[in-house]
Amino acid sequence: MKKITLVILVVFFGMGQLKSQPTATEILEKVDRNMYSENRIVEAGMTIHGRRSSRTITMRTFSVGDEKSFTEYLSPPREEGTKMLKLENQLWIYSPDTDRTIQISGHMLRQSVMGSDLSYEDMMEDRKLTDIYAAELIGEDEIEGRTAFILELTAIVSDVAYHSRKIWIDTERFVPLREDLFARSGQLLKQTNLSDIRQIDGRWFPFTMQFKDMLKQGDGTEFTITSIKFDQKIPDHIFSKASLRQ
Amino acid sequence: MKLALKLAYRNLMGAGLRTWLNVIVLSFSFVIIIWMKGAMTGWDYQAKTDMKNYEIGGGQYWHENYDPYDPLTLTDSHAPIPGEAKNEIDRGEMLAVLVVQGSIFPQGRMQPVIIKGIDPHQNILKLPTGSLDTVPEAIPAFIGTMMANNSRLSVGDYVTMRWRDTHGTFDAAEILITAVFSSDVPAAEAGTIYIPLKKLQQMTLLDNHATILTFRDSDISRPELEGWTLKTSEKLTHQVDEMIRTKSVGQNVLYGILIILAMLAIFDTQVLSIFRRQKEIGTYIALGYTRNEVVGLFTVEGAMHALFAAVLATVYGLPFLLWQAKVGWTMPIDTSEFGMAMAQTLYPIYTVGLVVTTILIVFITTAIVSYIPSRKIAKMNPTEALRGKLQ
Repeated sequence: MKKITLVILVVFFGMGQLKSQPTATEILEKVDRNMYSENRIVEAGMTIHGRRSSRTITMRTFSVGDEKSFTEYLSPPREEGTKMLKLENQLWIYSPDTDRTIQISGHMLRQSVMGSDLSYEDMMEDRKLTDIYAAELIGEDEIEGRTAFILELTAIVSDVAYHSRKIWIDTERFVPLREDLFARSGQLLKQTNLSDIRQIDGRWFPFTMQFKDMLKQGDGTEFTITSIKFDQKIPDHIFSKASLRQ
Repeated sequence: MKLALKLAYRNLMGAGLRTWLNVIVLSFSFVIIIWMKGAMTGWDYQAKTDMKNYEIGGGQYWHENYDPYDPLTLTDSHAPIPGEAKNEIDRGEMLAVLVVQGSIFPQGRMQPVIIKGIDPHQNILKLPTGSLDTVPEAIPAFIGTMMANNSRLSVGDYVTMRWRDTHGTFDAAEILITAVFSSDVPAAEAGTIYIPLKKLQQMTLLDNHATILTFRDSDISRPELEGWTLKTSEKLTHQVDEMIRTKSVGQNVLYGILIILAMLAIFDTQVLSIFRRQKEIGTYIALGYTRNEVVGLFTVEGAMHALFAAVLATVYGLPFLLWQAKVGWTMPIDTSEFGMAMAQTLYPIYTVGLVVTTILIVFITTAIVSYIPSRKIAKMNPTEALRGKLQ
């Protein structure tokens, strides 16, 4: 009788354990809920660590999904007033020095932003992970004192920059803490470390992100958010070419 | 006329050092003009030959979107190899090249590169494609000297290369440098990595695609291929012609200065001769020469400087020019920075046309310059001239 009771208990608690462990897709959906928004207004600083020196660029970005984005550089003085407008895969850059707007083809989106470790595409990529990757939970790890699920993501669509990713996700907050981006061949290309997780508008969001191009020397690029607002009413005129000159 | 030549010869010989100084200056003009023009012809020949050997073959078809000056267009500059070209490719008379953009990371520095996929068995271009016909653990690749110097890579080095497939997905792998070639053609060398075509097609998911089709024979008239632009060798070497034309304008100024210097000396000599030889002029007329015959005599005498100069130039100029044609002229600056096909050492090429044209130009100019002061003779009063009175 005792044995039967023990078996029942083990099965019961065991099932409870299984039930509490979310699936990879569920984890990714929760991550998307935290990281993805219909629109956002971000003020941030981007510190680019070069070989000899570092420089910080501050900017304000308005974005709607991954379709529209408008960025204005606020400092340093050399970059102040430079504006970028991205509509789908077209990009316009306005330079106040020349008072000219240059349209750049979609391929320009693959170039580095101001010499950083990020491409325009990286910065503007805002598709839901669940839309582009299939996830597999491969284990758990600890990052900076936080327990994290390790997910392996493999692209399910062809038009994606990184064929696979490995993501460490906070088991409680469902926010990525680290991300390794891989080439199709399996070569590690970029690594992102996310920290300073804060709760804002009911969601957890990392305020500091360190990007590192693993093929390049250097200390990478640090992206620090100073203010972020989700699901705001952004007037449509912001995403027009006229707003570049204003 | 025979008498005029005889007299002119005697008079010039009689003038001694004055004649020889003029002749020496004029002979310099001959040699320098022929040498410089020869260097230009040599450059033209070398540049076009090198371009043909290393870059353009007998001409090319470019994919309609391909613009070598805009790497951002490369993503859309490819299409399946047209059926009309397949037969020629199979016979080895045409070469398909796929061009994509990528990056390499030598010593952790990111360097943008153009990756060209090329058939390892081709023999249309003198590129060391045979070195790609190996199966090392990394992708075999060869580069030009210019690229090797800039990226500090050499044979046997491994370096990480990153590229994107046709959907924009990143991929990266190690490449092994199997050969380094030298061509004097920056477009074939600068920032370019050559890997096997099939491998690149596989890496970019662009099976059977190409960006450039290079054919061997430039003499065959070529049909238009839909979606491809025919670039004949004349069109592709147009840049060299333009450059040489620009350089020639600058050179012509120098020739002008050289000739003016020589002509000044001859003009001066002629004026002095006419001034000092008035009695002689009067005597010729008294002996029955017409004024025009005397003018002709003095013109022939002046023009004979050019003849002597041509002979003198042959004496010392011929060995010099032949020596230059053999050893060439090495330019004191690095020509790889010029961005166009140009060898560090230029080997002058002298054509019959070049020599004849130069002699004719100098001879005619000398004749004109000799004639101008001689016209004064026609206005002379023979009696006054006989008396040696200044007129």
